[in-house]
Amino acid sequence: MSEKEPLFSSKNMKLLTNPLNENNPITVQVLGICSALAVTVKVQPAFVMALSVTAVMAFSNVIISLLRNTIPTRIRIIVQLVIIASLVILVDQLLKAYVYDISKQLSVFVGLIITNCIIMGRLEAFALGNKPWPSLLDGIGNGAGYGIILVIIAVIRELFGSGTIAGFQIIPQSFYDFGYVNNGLMILPPMALVVVGVIIWVQRAKNKDLQES
Amino acid sequence: MQDIINIFVKSIFIDNMVFAYFLGMCSYLAVSKTVKTSVGLGLAVVFVLGITVPVDYLLNQYVLKPGAMTWLSADLADVDLSFLSFIMFIAVIASMVQLVEMIVEKFTPALYSSLGIFLPLIAVNCAILGGSLFMQEREYASIGQATSFGLGSGIGWFLAIVGIAAIREKLTYSKVPAPLRGLGITFIVTGLMGIAFMSFMGIKL
Repeated sequence: MSEKEPLFSSKNMKLLTNPLNENNPITVQVLGICSALAVTVKVQPAFVMALSVTAVMAFSNVIISLLRNTIPTRIRIIVQLVIIASLVILVDQLLKAYVYDISKQLSVFVGLIITNCIIMGRLEAFALGNKPWPSLLDGIGNGAGYGIILVIIAVIRELFGSGTIAGFQIIPQSFYDFGYVNNGLMILPPMALVVVGVIIWVQRAKNKDLQES
Repeated sequence: MQDIINIFVKSIFIDNMVFAYFLGMCSYLAVSKTVKTSVGLGLAVVFVLGITVPVDYLLNQYVLKPGAMTWLSADLADVDLSFLSFIMFIAVIASMVQLVEMIVEKFTPALYSSLGIFLPLIAVNCAILGGSLFMQEREYASIGQATSFGLGSGIGWFLAIVGIAAIREKLTYSKVPAPLRGLGITFIVTGLMGIAFMSFMGIKL
């Protein structure tokens, strides 16, 4: 290597910003939907979930990237699973220690970060072939891309389903006095799927390159 | 006996893995293009869930739960290994999938070749780990209940993926708005199917 790349070169910044829109893990790569939708009834758990996934993804990306030349290819899946599982145990214990109520609401979905396909996907596609620093950026970028979609869905569902955002009353009481009723359908699980469908619709209508033929 | 049937029916229709908990969505979306492959994957999931949930139940009951190891010696009564459950469950699942793969390959090569790549991929299907974690959280009382929960969730997942595959095969002939084509419409259809499944809510045997 002749010249050292600056830490925030445009190539590295692309790693961070690409997953936010045109390469979004949920709406474009279709990864990690499994554990994403069930936690989006309220904004708070969605936010905590997004943070946990970002943390696990960033750290596992860095660890795998450091070990990439020593892991035998045949057993790499097991190695990845063990590393992810240990990080998830750490996150789970931290959540239980500091935000017990939210950890109860997230229930099994914290454990399901282990089988979240985004993490495995990024480890396979990126960390195994890149240096630690770009891997860290890639992990944070994809975590943020995942988190943004999660929070958008949660805001929509909580606003229409309960009239609040992150617990604060947004729709004024006078609306209710006139006969406005919260849309109970939004709280039900199937509506999360419909909301994601609509988000994909909007995104693809704006960005024609993503459309499927 | 009645509670076992009740759990079975409940886990197929009401607590459906896909529509109520969004588990196994990745393979659900990726493999549901044709009915034939989705039947293969669905059967494999039923099979693996039916094995891993009871095995993880035994593991949870005799090793991981607080005070579970008293059958070894009374001194171990205050040992709590439940923080290890994620890593133990995923290890059991990965090795079970490997085992199932070898058995199927040895005894029914025809089924093995029709399942192809899907068998190993099941190890990272969230529905499998989710089944074990729900089993742990809901504290089923006997191994019979745990088994019927595992099989029931598998069958629920099977129904969901075969249903969406059949709808997607028909969808190729309909005129869907361009930005919604493919992924978007699949999400919305899944949502509508979920609402339909909700009509089973409240059924008790």
